Amino acid sequence: MSARNSLLIGLALLVLLALAPVDLNDIGVPYPGLRRYGTYILTLWLVTAIAAMGVNLIVGYAGQETLAQAAFVGIGAYLTAIVTKAGVPFGVAFAASGLLTFVIGIALGFPALRVQKHYLAFVTLAFSVLCWLVFRNEQWITGGVMGIRDIERPSFLGWPLRNHIRFYWFVLGITSIMTFVLWWIVRSPWGRAFTALRENPLRAESLGVDVRLYTLLAFALGSAYGGMAGSLYAPLVEFIDPSPFALGPSLLFMLMVVIGGSGTFLGPFVGAGIAVLLPEWLRAWETWYLLIYAVLVMVMMAFFPSGIVGLATRLLARKARS
Amino acid sequence: MTALLEVRDIEKSFGGVQAVCGVSFDVHEGEILGVIGPNGSGKSTLFNCILGQLVPDRGTVRVNGRNVTALRPSRLNRLGVSRTFQLLQVFPELTVRENLILAGQEHRGSRLTRLFGARDAGLGSEADRMLDFFRLRRLEGEKAGSLSYGQQKLLDAAMAFMSGSRLVLLDEPAGGVNLTMLADLRERLEAINRETGVTFVVIEHNMEFVMALCTRLIVLAEGRIIAEGAPADVRRDPAVIEAYLGH
Repeated sequence: MSARNSLLIGLALLVLLALAPVDLNDIGVPYPGLRRYGTYILTLWLVTAIAAMGVNLIVGYAGQETLAQAAFVGIGAYLTAIVTKAGVPFGVAFAASGLLTFVIGIALGFPALRVQKHYLAFVTLAFSVLCWLVFRNEQWITGGVMGIRDIERPSFLGWPLRNHIRFYWFVLGITSIMTFVLWWIVRSPWGRAFTALRENPLRAESLGVDVRLYTLLAFALGSAYGGMAGSLYAPLVEFIDPSPFALGPSLLFMLMVVIGGSGTFLGPFVGAGIAVLLPEWLRAWETWYLLIYAVLVMVMMAFFPSGIVGLATRLLARKARS
Repeated sequence: MTALLEVRDIEKSFGGVQAVCGVSFDVHEGEILGVIGPNGSGKSTLFNCILGQLVPDRGTVRVNGRNVTALRPSRLNRLGVSRTFQLLQVFPELTVRENLILAGQEHRGSRLTRLFGARDAGLGSEADRMLDFFRLRRLEGEKAGSLSYGQQKLLDAAMAFMSGSRLVLLDEPAGGVNLTMLADLRERLEAINRETGVTFVVIEHNMEFVMALCTRLIVLAEGRIIAEGAPADVRRDPAVIEAYLGH
């Protein structure tokens, strides 16, 4: 797809998403808009998609492994909660979350220069557990299992974002910018170098691609996306405790990317959509929901390893040929 | 005259096995040097020591007089040294054109201009030239993984020239390539050497290919050079015949 078409489709989707919580009956369109809970779920989907985009950069594009994304989301969330409660503006907290996780991401990338595949996954897993222990045990700063409550939603250019629709629009705006930035990166020569890293690091190195630098860059950028997602998560839920930043959610981030389509641009959005929205749709089945989810994942992995986006791309290509 | 590539006393062992024992040779600008020898004679190990993929136990490698021993392959590449591999090494999920651009992009501009500048890193016309030169034009939009083995070999070779390297080391370029494609490949390599003066070092098992392509040969056996000279002379050398045919 050409860059122009991608941008046009992206803009159209952006407009539709912006209108999702708005009551359009006033302008003659029979659509009542999403309610408060629906808007919250949509905002959560956007925040989750930002973190999943980071995992996709590390795993899908650069071919590395990470089981630490929830830890980075946690670092961003705790940093934002702590400093905004101390009176620091949200914008500064957001930038600091990105910067801190970028730097920690570089440090976590160093083992990737020595070990690969499941060994690397274990290194990131250990980091994830370490962060969770800090969130839970360092009560003096994180509040321990009691967490941090009453995290205020920020204002944007003097416009208070307390209202759920306003905050949704704010998150949608930031998600759009971050999506555009990642789209730009993966289409640039950097994106090509990341792909080379995934497909054949030995050959990439022989062609002058600094494999070490690009590995660290992938980890740093991907982790920063996690940190910034966390920075948005804290004011969204207004209360944080260690549980959403444990190992389980990190595995879920990996799963989102794989189910959505690893190494595809839309994969994280689809994967995050399934992870956030599916439990809501399957809520009627109560305890059966996890079973249905697990079977769905197994069927996907067995028959469509390229994920939903990969499957859709294949079907569209087949249709175009016939 | 200073040699473009100087290899001095290279030694490399793996456990108790000495793969390369004190190999020295020079390669001059514009030359096509062939490195031949029976299986296990140390050719690929020597190549990997020259190219920084292995650290030699002893000896030095110089390019244009600069000591590049054990220099990382990416840095060596930026000094104008490219290589191809014995086994195919293209990027299957990238298109033919993207493979070519990737092969040259790290030599263009700075890291920041590569992020904010043109998507093809300003290599569009160079990629066009290579596509035409290696007769890959009609395949430019195809994923490299969907190409035939011979076409991938051509692409692999074309990628080695995208960075404007002055010295290219080819590891068994003829391996697994059919006769028609082989003649094509040899003709393309000769043309590049003739037109741009690029220097080649070629490891090859296909004697017909190497004898026709190379201007000089060195022969390795058990990690040592046993013969060196023009292809016609090497072919008649009793030590070479013995190394290949045994007693």
